[in-house]
Amino acid sequence: MKPLVVACGTPGRGDDAAGLLVARHLAELGIEVREHPGDGAALIELWDGRDFVILIDTVVTGGIPGTITVWDGLTAPVEGDAFRGTHAFGVAEAVKLGRALGRMPAQLLIYGIEGGRFDLESEPAPAVAAAALELAVLLASAIPKRSARKIS
Amino acid sequence: MSGNRTIRVDTLARVEGEGALEIKLTGDRVRDVKLRIYEPPRLFEAFLKGRHFSEVSDIVARICGICPIAYQMSAVHAIERAFGVEIDPAVRLLRRLFYCGEWIESHALHVFLLHAPDFLGYEDSIAMARDHRALVERGLRLKKIGNRIITLLGGREIHPISAAVGGFHKAPSKNDLRDLEPDLQWAVEASVETVKLTAGFEFPDFEQDYLCVALSHPDEYPFNEGHLISNHGLKIDAAQYEDLFVEHQVKHSNALHSMLRGSGSYFVGPLARFNLNFDKLTPLARQAAVDAHLAPPVKNPFRSIVVRAVEMVFGFEEALRIVREYQPPAKPRASVTPRKASGHAITEAPRGILYHRYALNEDGLVTEAKIVPPTSQNQKRIEDDLREFAAQVASWPLDEATRKCEQAIRNYDPCISCATHFLRLKIERE
Repeated sequence: MKPLVVACGTPGRGDDAAGLLVARHLAELGIEVREHPGDGAALIELWDGRDFVILIDTVVTGGIPGTITVWDGLTAPVEGDAFRGTHAFGVAEAVKLGRALGRMPAQLLIYGIEGGRFDLESEPAPAVAAAALELAVLLASAIPKRSARKIS
Repeated sequence: MSGNRTIRVDTLARVEGEGALEIKLTGDRVRDVKLRIYEPPRLFEAFLKGRHFSEVSDIVARICGICPIAYQMSAVHAIERAFGVEIDPAVRLLRRLFYCGEWIESHALHVFLLHAPDFLGYEDSIAMARDHRALVERGLRLKKIGNRIITLLGGREIHPISAAVGGFHKAPSKNDLRDLEPDLQWAVEASVETVKLTAGFEFPDFEQDYLCVALSHPDEYPFNEGHLISNHGLKIDAAQYEDLFVEHQVKHSNALHSMLRGSGSYFVGPLARFNLNFDKLTPLARQAAVDAHLAPPVKNPFRSIVVRAVEMVFGFEEALRIVREYQPPAKPRASVTPRKASGHAITEAPRGILYHRYALNEDGLVTEAKIVPPTSQNQKRIEDDLREFAAQVASWPLDEATRKCEQAIRNYDPCISCATHFLRLKIERE
Protein backbone atom coordinates (compact mmCIF):
# COMPACT_ATOMS: atom_id res chain seq x y z
CA MET A 1 0.00 0.00 0.00
CA LYS A 2 1.41 3.38 -0.99
CA PRO A 3 1.28 5.76 1.97
CA LEU A 4 0.77 9.51 2.03
CA VAL A 5 4.04 10.80 3.48
CA VAL A 6 3.72 14.04 5.47
CA ALA A 7 6.81 15.82 6.76
CA CYS A 8 6.26 18.53 9.38
CA GLY A 9 8.66 21.22 10.47
CA THR A 10 9.60 24.86 10.51
CA PRO A 11 12.57 26.14 8.55
CA GLY A 12 15.00 28.40 10.37
CA ARG A 13 14.14 27.00 13.80
CA GLY A 14 17.09 24.68 14.31
CA ASP A 15 16.17 21.03 14.79
CA ASP A 16 12.51 21.79 14.12
CA ALA A 17 13.39 21.53 10.43
CA ALA A 18 14.28 17.82 10.72
CA GLY A 19 11.08 16.65 9.05
CA LEU A 20 11.68 19.04 6.16
CA LEU A 21 15.19 17.64 5.73
CA VAL A 22 13.72 14.15 5.50
CA ALA A 23 11.29 15.47 2.88
CA ARG A 24 14.12 16.92 0.82
CA HIS A 25 16.05 13.64 0.89
CA LEU A 26 12.95 11.61 0.06
CA ALA A 27 12.19 13.86 -2.90
CA GLU A 28 15.75 13.32 -4.15
CA LEU A 29 15.13 9.60 -3.81
CA GLY A 30 11.99 9.84 -5.93
CA ILE A 31 9.44 9.58 -3.13
CA GLU A 32 6.44 11.91 -3.07
CA VAL A 33 6.23 13.88 0.18
CA ARG A 34 3.81 16.50 1.44
CA GLU A 35 5.62 19.19 3.45
CA HIS A 36 3.46 20.53 6.25
CA PRO A 37 3.94 23.14 8.96
CA GLY A 38 2.22 20.99 11.58
CA ASP A 39 -1.04 22.94 11.87
CA GLY A 40 -3.13 20.33 13.70
CA ALA A 41 -6.52 21.25 12.25
CA ALA A 42 -5.14 21.07 8.72
CA LEU A 43 -3.50 17.72 9.48
CA ILE A 44 -6.87 16.22 10.45
CA GLU A 45 -8.34 17.38 7.15
CA LEU A 46 -5.34 15.99 5.31
CA TRP A 47 -5.31 12.48 6.74
CA ASP A 48 -9.03 11.91 7.41
CA GLY A 49 -10.22 8.82 5.54
CA ARG A 50 -6.84 7.90 4.05
CA ASP A 51 -5.66 4.30 4.08
CA PHE A 52 -2.10 4.83 5.24
CA VAL A 53 -0.25 7.94 6.39
CA ILE A 54 3.36 8.31 7.47
CA LEU A 55 4.05 11.48 9.47
CA ILE A 56 7.55 12.72 10.19
CA ASP A 57 8.30 15.43 12.77
CA THR A 58 10.84 16.61 15.30
CA VAL A 59 10.13 15.41 18.84
CA VAL A 60 11.45 16.26 22.28
CA THR A 61 11.21 13.31 24.65
CA GLY A 62 14.40 13.84 26.60
CA GLY A 63 16.39 11.49 24.39
CA ILE A 64 19.67 12.11 22.60
CA PRO A 65 19.29 14.51 19.63
CA GLY A 66 19.16 12.52 16.42
CA THR A 67 17.41 9.50 17.95
CA ILE A 68 14.69 8.13 15.66
CA THR A 69 11.49 6.81 17.24
CA VAL A 70 8.36 5.36 15.63
CA TRP A 71 4.86 5.34 17.10
CA ASP A 72 1.56 3.83 16.05
CA GLY A 73 -0.45 7.03 15.64
CA LEU A 74 -3.75 5.27 16.25
CA THR A 75 -2.97 3.78 19.62
CA ALA A 76 0.21 5.14 21.19
CA PRO A 77 -0.06 7.68 24.04
CA VAL A 78 0.76 11.14 22.67
CA GLU A 79 2.28 13.78 24.91
CA GLY A 80 1.59 17.39 23.91
CA ASP A 81 5.08 18.52 24.80
CA ALA A 82 6.75 15.90 22.63
CA PHE A 83 6.15 17.57 19.28
CA ARG A 84 7.85 20.79 18.37
CA GLY A 85 6.41 23.62 16.31
CA THR A 86 4.98 27.08 16.79
CA HIS A 87 1.37 25.95 16.87
CA ALA A 88 -0.73 25.73 20.00
CA PHE A 89 -2.75 23.17 18.09
CA GLY A 90 -0.13 20.97 16.52
CA VAL A 91 0.64 17.34 15.75
CA ALA A 92 -0.13 15.95 19.21
CA GLU A 93 -3.46 17.77 19.35
CA ALA A 94 -4.31 16.60 15.82
CA VAL A 95 -3.74 12.99 16.83
CA LYS A 96 -5.81 13.30 19.99
CA LEU A 97 -8.66 15.28 18.42
CA GLY A 98 -8.64 13.07 15.32
CA ARG A 99 -9.06 10.05 17.56
CA ALA A 100 -11.86 11.75 19.56
CA LEU A 101 -13.73 12.62 16.37
CA GLY A 102 -12.98 9.34 14.59
CA ARG A 103 -11.22 11.28 11.84
CA MET A 104 -8.03 9.29 11.47
CA PRO A 105 -6.48 7.36 8.62
CA ALA A 106 -6.80 3.58 8.72
CA GLN A 107 -3.09 3.39 9.54
CA LEU A 108 -0.82 6.14 10.89
CA LEU A 109 2.88 5.74 11.59
CA ILE A 110 4.64 8.67 13.25
CA TYR A 111 8.42 8.88 12.89
CA GLY A 112 10.04 11.29 15.33
CA ILE A 113 13.56 12.65 15.22
CA GLU A 114 14.75 13.83 18.60
CA GLY A 115 15.68 17.53 18.56
CA GLY A 116 17.41 19.67 21.12
CA ARG A 117 18.12 23.08 19.65
CA PHE A 118 15.45 25.44 18.31
CA ASP A 119 17.08 28.85 17.99
CA LEU A 120 15.74 31.23 15.35
CA GLU A 121 17.60 31.11 12.06
CA SER A 122 19.77 28.19 13.16
CA GLU A 123 20.33 25.00 11.16
CA PRO A 124 19.61 21.49 12.47
CA ALA A 125 22.43 19.97 14.52
CA PRO A 126 24.74 17.53 12.66
CA ALA A 127 23.32 14.54 14.55
CA VAL A 128 19.78 15.56 13.63
CA ALA A 129 20.72 16.14 9.98
CA ALA A 130 22.35 12.70 9.88
CA ALA A 131 19.25 11.11 11.39
CA ALA A 132 17.11 12.83 8.75
CA LEU A 133 19.17 11.22 6.00
CA GLU A 134 19.08 7.84 7.74
CA LEU A 135 15.31 7.98 8.12
CA ALA A 136 14.85 9.04 4.49
CA VAL A 137 16.91 6.08 3.27
CA LEU A 138 14.98 3.73 5.54
CA LEU A 139 11.61 5.00 4.30
CA ALA A 140 12.70 5.09 0.65
CA SER A 141 13.55 1.40 0.81
CA ALA A 142 9.97 0.62 1.81
CA ILE A 143 7.89 3.14 -0.17
CA PRO A 144 7.18 2.83 -3.92
CA LYS A 145 8.81 5.60 -5.93
CA ARG A 146 6.99 8.10 -8.16
CA SER A 147 8.13 6.36 -11.33
CA ALA A 148 6.99 2.98 -10.04
CA ARG A 149 3.53 4.42 -9.49
CA LYS A 150 3.42 5.74 -13.03
CA ILE A 151 4.44 2.36 -14.52
CA SER A 152 1.78 0.51 -12.57
CA MET B 1 -7.97 35.52 52.23
CA SER B 2 -4.96 35.81 54.54
CA GLY B 3 -2.13 33.31 54.89
CA ASN B 4 0.57 32.25 52.52
CA ARG B 5 0.02 30.00 49.55
CA THR B 6 1.77 29.34 46.30
CA ILE B 7 0.04 28.75 43.00
CA ARG B 8 2.29 27.43 40.31
CA VAL B 9 1.60 26.31 36.78
CA ASP B 10 4.52 25.22 34.71
CA THR B 11 3.00 25.43 31.27
CA LEU B 12 0.43 27.74 29.82
CA ALA B 13 -1.40 25.74 27.22
CA ARG B 14 -3.42 26.87 24.25
CA VAL B 15 -1.43 29.93 23.29
CA GLU B 16 0.71 30.03 20.19
CA GLY B 17 4.23 29.25 21.34
CA GLU B 18 5.51 29.35 24.88
CA GLY B 19 6.99 31.80 27.36
CA ALA B 20 6.55 32.51 31.08
CA LEU B 21 4.19 34.52 33.16
CA GLU B 22 4.71 34.95 36.88
CA ILE B 23 2.15 36.35 39.29
CA LYS B 24 3.18 36.99 42.90
CA LEU B 25 0.46 37.39 45.50
CA THR B 26 0.61 38.32 49.17
CA GLY B 27 -2.70 37.26 50.60
CA ASP B 28 -5.24 38.69 48.18
CA ARG B 29 -2.93 41.48 47.06
CA VAL B 30 -1.04 41.20 43.78
CA ARG B 31 2.58 42.09 44.40
CA ASP B 32 3.98 41.63 40.93
CA VAL B 33 3.13 40.39 37.44
CA LYS B 34 5.88 39.65 34.98
CA LEU B 35 5.61 38.29 31.48
CA ARG B 36 8.96 36.70 30.83
CA ILE B 37 10.17 36.18 27.34
CA TYR B 38 13.32 34.27 26.59
CA GLU B 39 14.01 34.43 22.93
CA PRO B 40 15.51 37.52 21.34
CA PRO B 41 12.61 38.65 19.16
CA ARG B 42 14.64 41.01 17.03
CA LEU B 43 16.73 38.40 15.29
CA PHE B 44 14.72 38.64 12.11
CA GLU B 45 15.42 42.36 11.86
CA ALA B 46 19.14 41.66 11.75
CA PHE B 47 18.61 38.76 9.38
CA LEU B 48 16.85 41.04 6.87
CA LYS B 49 19.78 43.45 6.55
CA GLY B 50 21.51 43.11 3.18
CA ARG B 51 18.61 41.12 1.67
CA HIS B 52 17.00 42.19 -1.59
CA PHE B 53 13.54 43.72 -1.23
CA SER B 54 12.06 40.91 -3.31
CA GLU B 55 13.11 38.36 -0.66
CA VAL B 56 11.60 40.18 2.30
CA SER B 57 8.00 38.94 2.08
CA ASP B 58 9.10 35.29 1.96
CA ILE B 59 11.52 35.75 4.87
CA VAL B 60 9.09 37.53 7.20
CA ALA B 61 6.37 34.97 6.46
CA ARG B 62 8.51 32.52 8.40
CA ILE B 63 8.26 34.54 11.62
CA CYS B 64 4.87 33.01 12.34
CA GLY B 65 3.00 29.95 11.12
CA ILE B 66 -0.34 31.45 12.18
CA CYS B 67 -0.15 34.96 10.75
CA PRO B 68 2.30 34.91 7.81
CA ILE B 69 -0.04 37.01 5.65
CA ALA B 70 0.12 39.86 8.14
CA TYR B 71 3.92 39.85 7.99
CA GLN B 72 3.86 39.75 4.22
CA MET B 73 1.29 42.52 3.94
CA SER B 74 3.06 44.90 6.33
CA ALA B 75 6.34 44.21 4.52
CA VAL B 76 5.11 44.72 0.95
CA HIS B 77 3.13 47.84 1.85
CA ALA B 78 6.13 49.38 3.62
CA ILE B 79 8.42 48.65 0.68
CA GLU B 80 5.84 49.89 -1.84
CA ARG B 81 5.61 53.15 0.09
CA ALA B 82 9.40 53.45 0.04
CA PHE B 83 9.57 52.91 -3.73
CA GLY B 84 6.37 54.81 -4.57
CA VAL B 85 4.63 51.78 -6.10
CA GLU B 86 0.91 52.05 -6.93
CA ILE B 87 -0.93 48.74 -6.92
CA ASP B 88 -3.81 47.73 -9.19
CA PRO B 89 -7.28 48.04 -7.53
CA ALA B 90 -7.86 44.34 -8.24
CA VAL B 91 -4.64 43.50 -6.39
CA ARG B 92 -5.87 45.59 -3.49
CA LEU B 93 -9.06 43.49 -3.41
CA LEU B 94 -7.04 40.28 -3.55
CA ARG B 95 -4.97 41.45 -0.61
CA ARG B 96 -8.13 42.08 1.37
CA LEU B 97 -9.32 38.58 0.49
CA PHE B 98 -5.94 37.18 1.52
CA TYR B 99 -6.27 38.88 4.89
CA CYS B 100 -9.87 37.58 5.25
CA GLY B 101 -8.42 34.07 4.92
CA GLU B 102 -5.89 34.68 7.64
CA TRP B 103 -8.34 36.26 10.10
CA ILE B 104 -10.81 33.43 9.48
CA GLU B 105 -8.35 30.60 10.04
CA SER B 106 -6.75 32.31 13.04
CA HIS B 107 -10.04 33.28 14.70
CA ALA B 108 -11.65 29.88 14.00
CA LEU B 109 -8.69 28.12 15.63
CA HIS B 110 -8.79 30.37 18.66
CA VAL B 111 -12.56 30.55 19.15
CA PHE B 112 -13.35 26.86 18.72
CA LEU B 113 -10.21 24.95 19.64
CA LEU B 114 -8.34 27.18 22.10
CA HIS B 115 -10.75 29.53 23.90
CA ALA B 116 -14.21 27.87 23.86
CA PRO B 117 -13.06 25.04 26.18
CA ASP B 118 -12.47 27.66 28.90
CA PHE B 119 -16.06 28.82 28.74
CA LEU B 120 -17.63 25.39 28.40
CA GLY B 121 -15.61 23.94 31.27
CA TYR B 122 -13.26 21.56 29.49
CA GLU B 123 -9.55 21.06 29.82
CA ASP B 124 -9.09 21.35 26.06
CA SER B 125 -10.85 20.94 22.74
CA ILE B 126 -10.19 17.19 22.74
CA ALA B 127 -12.23 16.76 25.91
CA MET B 128 -14.80 19.23 24.57
CA ALA B 129 -15.16 17.24 21.34
CA ARG B 130 -16.61 14.27 23.22
CA ASP B 131 -19.65 16.32 24.27
CA HIS B 132 -19.70 19.01 21.58
CA ARG B 133 -18.65 17.20 18.45
CA ALA B 134 -20.72 19.38 16.12
CA LEU B 135 -19.16 22.51 17.55
CA VAL B 136 -15.61 21.26 16.98
CA GLU B 137 -16.49 20.04 13.51
CA ARG B 138 -17.91 23.49 12.70
CA GLY B 139 -14.68 25.11 13.87
CA LEU B 140 -12.57 22.79 11.73
CA ARG B 141 -14.73 23.44 8.69
CA LEU B 142 -14.62 27.23 9.12
CA LYS B 143 -10.87 27.15 9.60
CA LYS B 144 -10.46 24.97 6.53
CA ILE B 145 -12.25 27.58 4.40
CA GLY B 146 -9.83 30.24 5.67
CA ASN B 147 -6.93 27.96 4.79
CA ARG B 148 -8.43 27.39 1.35
CA ILE B 149 -8.46 31.12 0.65
CA ILE B 150 -4.83 31.40 1.76
CA THR B 151 -3.78 28.42 -0.32
CA LEU B 152 -5.54 29.80 -3.39
CA LEU B 153 -3.86 33.19 -3.17
CA GLY B 154 -0.60 32.27 -1.48
CA GLY B 155 0.30 29.12 -3.34
CA ARG B 156 0.32 27.07 -0.15
CA GLU B 157 -1.40 27.06 3.24
CA ILE B 158 1.36 28.16 5.53
CA HIS B 159 4.28 30.44 4.74
CA PRO B 160 2.66 31.38 1.44
CA ILE B 161 4.96 32.38 -1.38
CA SER B 162 2.85 34.32 -3.85
CA ALA B 163 2.72 37.78 -2.23
CA ALA B 164 5.20 40.21 -3.72
CA VAL B 165 6.08 43.89 -3.71
CA GLY B 166 3.71 45.33 -6.32
CA GLY B 167 1.11 42.56 -6.12
CA PHE B 168 1.23 38.80 -6.48
CA HIS B 169 3.48 36.50 -8.49
CA LYS B 170 0.29 35.02 -9.90
CA ALA B 171 -3.31 36.25 -9.74
CA PRO B 172 -6.20 33.77 -9.57
CA SER B 173 -8.82 33.56 -12.30
CA LYS B 174 -12.39 34.69 -11.79
CA ASN B 175 -13.49 31.05 -11.70
CA ASP B 176 -10.89 30.21 -9.07
CA LEU B 177 -12.55 32.68 -6.73
CA ARG B 178 -16.11 31.81 -7.77
CA ASP B 179 -15.45 28.24 -6.63
CA LEU B 180 -15.21 29.56 -3.07
CA GLU B 181 -18.73 30.97 -3.09
CA PRO B 182 -20.75 27.98 -1.81
CA ASP B 183 -18.38 27.47 1.12
CA LEU B 184 -18.44 31.16 1.94
CA GLN B 185 -22.23 31.29 1.89
CA TRP B 186 -22.41 28.43 4.36
CA ALA B 187 -19.70 30.01 6.48
CA VAL B 188 -21.48 33.35 6.84
CA GLU B 189 -24.45 31.55 8.40
CA ALA B 190 -22.24 29.30 10.52
CA SER B 191 -20.29 32.24 11.88
CA VAL B 192 -23.48 34.17 12.71
CA GLU B 193 -24.52 31.09 14.72
CA THR B 194 -21.10 31.20 16.38
CA VAL B 195 -21.70 34.78 17.51
CA LYS B 196 -24.98 33.67 19.09
CA LEU B 197 -23.30 30.72 20.76
CA THR B 198 -20.35 32.65 22.20
CA ALA B 199 -22.57 35.54 23.31
CA GLY B 200 -24.35 33.02 25.55
CA PHE B 201 -21.21 32.09 27.44
CA GLU B 202 -20.78 33.23 31.02
CA PHE B 203 -18.24 36.04 31.36
CA PRO B 204 -16.37 37.06 34.49
CA ASP B 205 -17.39 40.47 35.82
CA PHE B 206 -14.23 42.28 34.76
CA GLU B 207 -13.96 45.54 32.86
CA GLN B 208 -10.99 47.78 32.11
CA ASP B 209 -10.82 51.26 30.68
CA TYR B 210 -8.63 50.33 27.73
CA LEU B 211 -6.62 52.63 25.54
CA CYS B 212 -7.60 50.98 22.26
CA VAL B 213 -5.37 51.41 19.21
CA ALA B 214 -6.27 50.23 15.71
CA LEU B 215 -6.19 51.19 12.08
CA SER B 216 -9.13 53.17 10.76
CA HIS B 217 -10.16 53.52 7.13
CA PRO B 218 -12.89 55.94 6.00
CA ASP B 219 -14.94 53.28 4.22
CA GLU B 220 -13.82 49.84 5.37
CA TYR B 221 -13.19 47.69 8.38
CA PRO B 222 -9.39 47.93 8.33
CA PHE B 223 -6.86 45.47 6.96
CA ASN B 224 -4.01 47.12 5.09
CA GLU B 225 -4.69 50.84 5.00
CA GLY B 226 -5.76 53.76 7.10
CA HIS B 227 -4.65 56.00 9.91
CA LEU B 228 -3.68 54.66 13.28
CA ILE B 229 -6.25 55.92 15.78
CA SER B 230 -7.15 55.49 19.43
CA ASN B 231 -10.18 56.12 21.61
CA HIS B 232 -8.16 58.95 23.22
CA GLY B 233 -7.91 61.06 20.07
CA LEU B 234 -4.77 59.70 18.43
CA LYS B 235 -4.72 59.91 14.62
CA ILE B 236 -1.40 59.38 12.88
CA ASP B 237 0.18 57.96 9.76
CA ALA B 238 2.31 54.83 10.01
CA ALA B 239 5.38 56.99 9.40
CA GLN B 240 4.78 58.69 12.78
CA TYR B 241 4.49 55.44 14.73
CA GLU B 242 7.98 55.50 16.21
CA ASP B 243 7.59 59.14 17.25
CA LEU B 244 4.75 58.22 19.57
CA PHE B 245 5.16 54.55 20.42
CA VAL B 246 8.30 53.68 22.32
CA GLU B 247 9.79 50.40 23.39
CA HIS B 248 11.33 49.80 26.78
CA GLN B 249 13.71 47.05 27.74
CA VAL B 250 12.56 45.41 30.97
CA LYS B 251 14.84 43.26 33.10
CA HIS B 252 12.54 40.25 33.22
CA SER B 253 12.06 39.84 29.47
CA ASN B 254 14.11 39.66 26.31
CA ALA B 255 11.24 41.25 24.41
CA LEU B 256 10.63 44.97 24.50
CA HIS B 257 7.55 46.53 26.09
CA SER B 258 5.68 48.88 23.77
CA MET B 259 4.17 51.98 25.34
CA LEU B 260 2.34 54.99 23.96
CA ARG B 261 4.31 58.06 25.02
CA GLY B 262 2.64 59.69 27.99
CA SER B 263 -0.04 57.01 28.28
CA GLY B 264 1.58 53.68 29.10
CA SER B 265 0.17 50.36 27.97
CA TYR B 266 -2.37 50.09 25.21
CA PHE B 267 -4.61 47.46 23.70
CA VAL B 268 -4.48 46.17 20.12
CA GLY B 269 -6.43 43.35 18.48
CA PRO B 270 -10.05 42.42 17.75
CA LEU B 271 -11.56 44.24 20.73
CA ALA B 272 -9.72 47.48 19.89
CA ARG B 273 -10.62 47.16 16.21
CA PHE B 274 -14.26 46.51 17.04
CA ASN B 275 -14.46 49.41 19.48
CA LEU B 276 -12.94 51.83 16.98
CA ASN B 277 -14.47 50.54 13.74
CA PHE B 278 -17.89 49.16 14.67
CA ASP B 279 -19.63 51.36 12.08
CA LYS B 280 -17.43 49.92 9.31
CA LEU B 281 -18.43 46.30 9.89
CA THR B 282 -20.31 44.58 7.07
CA PRO B 283 -24.12 44.55 7.56
CA LEU B 284 -24.55 40.99 8.83
CA ALA B 285 -21.54 41.26 11.12
CA ARG B 286 -22.85 44.49 12.62
CA GLN B 287 -26.32 42.98 13.05
CA ALA B 288 -24.87 39.86 14.65
CA ALA B 289 -23.06 42.09 17.15
CA VAL B 290 -26.22 44.08 17.88
CA ASP B 291 -28.24 40.89 18.34
CA ALA B 292 -25.57 39.67 20.74
CA HIS B 293 -25.90 42.93 22.73
CA LEU B 294 -22.31 43.70 21.87
CA ALA B 295 -21.88 47.44 21.46
CA PRO B 296 -18.74 49.54 21.57
CA PRO B 297 -16.97 50.20 23.79
CA VAL B 298 -16.61 46.60 24.92
CA LYS B 299 -14.52 46.77 28.08
CA ASN B 300 -14.65 43.15 29.23
CA PRO B 301 -11.71 41.33 27.57
CA PHE B 302 -13.39 37.96 28.10
CA ARG B 303 -15.96 39.04 25.51
CA SER B 304 -13.17 39.07 22.94
CA ILE B 305 -14.31 35.58 21.94
CA VAL B 306 -17.63 37.08 20.78
CA VAL B 307 -15.80 39.88 18.97
CA ARG B 308 -13.65 37.32 17.16
CA ALA B 309 -16.83 35.52 16.09
CA VAL B 310 -18.20 38.85 14.80
CA GLU B 311 -14.95 39.39 12.88
CA MET B 312 -15.39 35.92 11.37
CA VAL B 313 -18.81 36.98 10.07
CA PHE B 314 -17.15 40.09 8.67
CA GLY B 315 -14.33 38.05 7.11
CA PHE B 316 -16.72 35.70 5.33
CA GLU B 317 -19.07 38.50 4.22
CA GLU B 318 -16.17 40.54 2.89
CA ALA B 319 -14.68 37.49 1.17
CA LEU B 320 -18.03 36.75 -0.46
CA ARG B 321 -18.27 40.35 -1.73
CA ILE B 322 -14.77 40.15 -3.18
CA VAL B 323 -15.19 36.82 -4.96
CA ARG B 324 -18.39 38.16 -6.56
CA GLU B 325 -16.86 41.48 -7.66
CA TYR B 326 -13.42 40.28 -8.68
CA GLN B 327 -12.06 40.96 -12.13
CA PRO B 328 -8.45 39.80 -12.58
CA PRO B 329 -5.85 42.58 -12.78
CA ALA B 330 -4.26 43.37 -16.13
CA LYS B 331 -0.92 42.47 -14.54
CA PRO B 332 -0.67 40.58 -11.25
CA ARG B 333 2.29 42.70 -10.18
CA ALA B 334 3.17 46.35 -10.75
CA SER B 335 6.71 47.04 -11.90
CA VAL B 336 9.04 48.18 -9.14
CA THR B 337 12.05 50.48 -9.41
CA PRO B 338 14.23 50.51 -6.31
CA ARG B 339 15.50 53.78 -4.87
CA LYS B 340 17.18 54.85 -1.69
CA ALA B 341 14.26 55.43 0.68
CA SER B 342 12.45 54.36 3.82
CA GLY B 343 8.93 53.01 4.03
CA HIS B 344 6.55 52.32 6.90
CA ALA B 345 3.36 50.30 7.07
CA ILE B 346 0.88 49.11 9.64
CA THR B 347 -1.62 46.38 8.90
CA GLU B 348 -4.13 44.60 11.10
CA ALA B 349 -2.92 41.10 11.91
CA PRO B 350 -5.54 38.85 13.54
CA ARG B 351 -4.10 39.81 16.94
CA GLY B 352 -3.71 43.52 16.23
CA ILE B 353 -1.52 46.08 14.53
CA LEU B 354 1.77 44.93 13.02
CA TYR B 355 4.30 47.67 12.29
CA HIS B 356 7.12 47.34 9.74
CA ARG B 357 9.74 49.87 8.70
CA TYR B 358 12.43 49.30 6.07
CA ALA B 359 15.30 51.46 4.92
CA LEU B 360 16.51 50.43 1.46
CA ASN B 361 19.36 51.51 -0.78
CA GLU B 362 19.37 52.28 -4.50
CA ASP B 363 20.03 48.59 -5.30
CA GLY B 364 16.92 47.58 -3.40
CA LEU B 365 18.85 46.05 -0.50
CA VAL B 366 17.53 46.39 3.04
CA THR B 367 19.82 48.53 5.20
CA GLU B 368 17.59 48.60 8.25
CA ALA B 369 14.42 46.81 9.35
CA LYS B 370 12.10 47.23 12.29
CA ILE B 371 9.21 44.93 13.13
CA VAL B 372 6.83 45.38 16.08
CA PRO B 373 4.37 42.46 16.34
CA PRO B 374 0.96 42.81 18.03
CA THR B 375 1.74 40.44 20.87
CA SER B 376 4.76 42.55 21.82
CA GLN B 377 2.48 45.58 21.90
CA ASN B 378 -0.04 43.80 24.11
CA GLN B 379 2.54 42.41 26.55
CA LYS B 380 2.35 45.27 29.00
CA ARG B 381 -1.42 45.31 28.71
CA ILE B 382 -1.56 41.57 29.48
CA GLU B 383 0.46 42.23 32.62
CA ASP B 384 -1.85 45.12 33.57
CA ASP B 385 -4.95 42.94 33.08
CA LEU B 386 -3.47 40.16 35.17
CA ARG B 387 -2.55 42.61 37.92
CA GLU B 388 -6.24 43.56 38.22
CA PHE B 389 -7.78 40.18 37.48
CA ALA B 390 -5.53 38.12 39.74
CA ALA B 391 -6.68 40.27 42.66
CA GLN B 392 -10.29 39.30 41.87
CA VAL B 393 -9.56 35.58 41.95
CA ALA B 394 -6.83 35.58 44.61
CA SER B 395 -9.10 34.05 47.22
CA TRP B 396 -10.37 31.33 44.93
CA PRO B 397 -9.23 27.72 45.20
CA LEU B 398 -5.76 27.30 43.76
CA ASP B 399 -6.56 25.40 40.57
CA GLU B 400 -9.60 27.49 39.73
CA ALA B 401 -7.71 30.79 40.15
CA THR B 402 -4.93 29.49 37.95
CA ARG B 403 -7.34 28.34 35.26
CA LYS B 404 -9.07 31.72 35.24
CA CYS B 405 -5.75 33.57 34.90
CA GLU B 406 -4.82 31.34 31.98
CA GLN B 407 -8.18 32.13 30.41
CA ALA B 408 -7.51 35.86 30.91
CA ILE B 409 -4.24 35.54 29.01
CA ARG B 410 -5.97 33.66 26.21
CA ASN B 411 -8.30 36.68 25.82
CA TYR B 412 -5.39 38.17 23.92
CA ASP B 413 -4.78 35.06 21.80
CA PRO B 414 -1.10 35.81 22.31
CA CYS B 415 1.07 34.64 19.49
CA ILE B 416 4.24 34.17 21.41
CA SER B 417 5.91 32.61 18.40
CA CYS B 418 5.75 36.03 16.74
CA ALA B 419 7.20 37.83 19.69
CA THR B 420 9.16 35.11 21.38
CA HIS B 421 9.19 31.36 21.73
CA PHE B 422 8.22 29.87 25.10
CA LEU B 423 5.50 30.74 27.59
CA ARG B 424 5.03 29.27 31.05
CA LEU B 425 2.71 30.55 33.75
CA LYS B 426 3.59 30.68 37.44
CA ILE B 427 1.39 32.12 40.15
CA GLU B 428 3.12 32.48 43.49
CA ARG B 429 1.18 33.28 46.62
CA GLU B 430 3.00 34.21 49.82
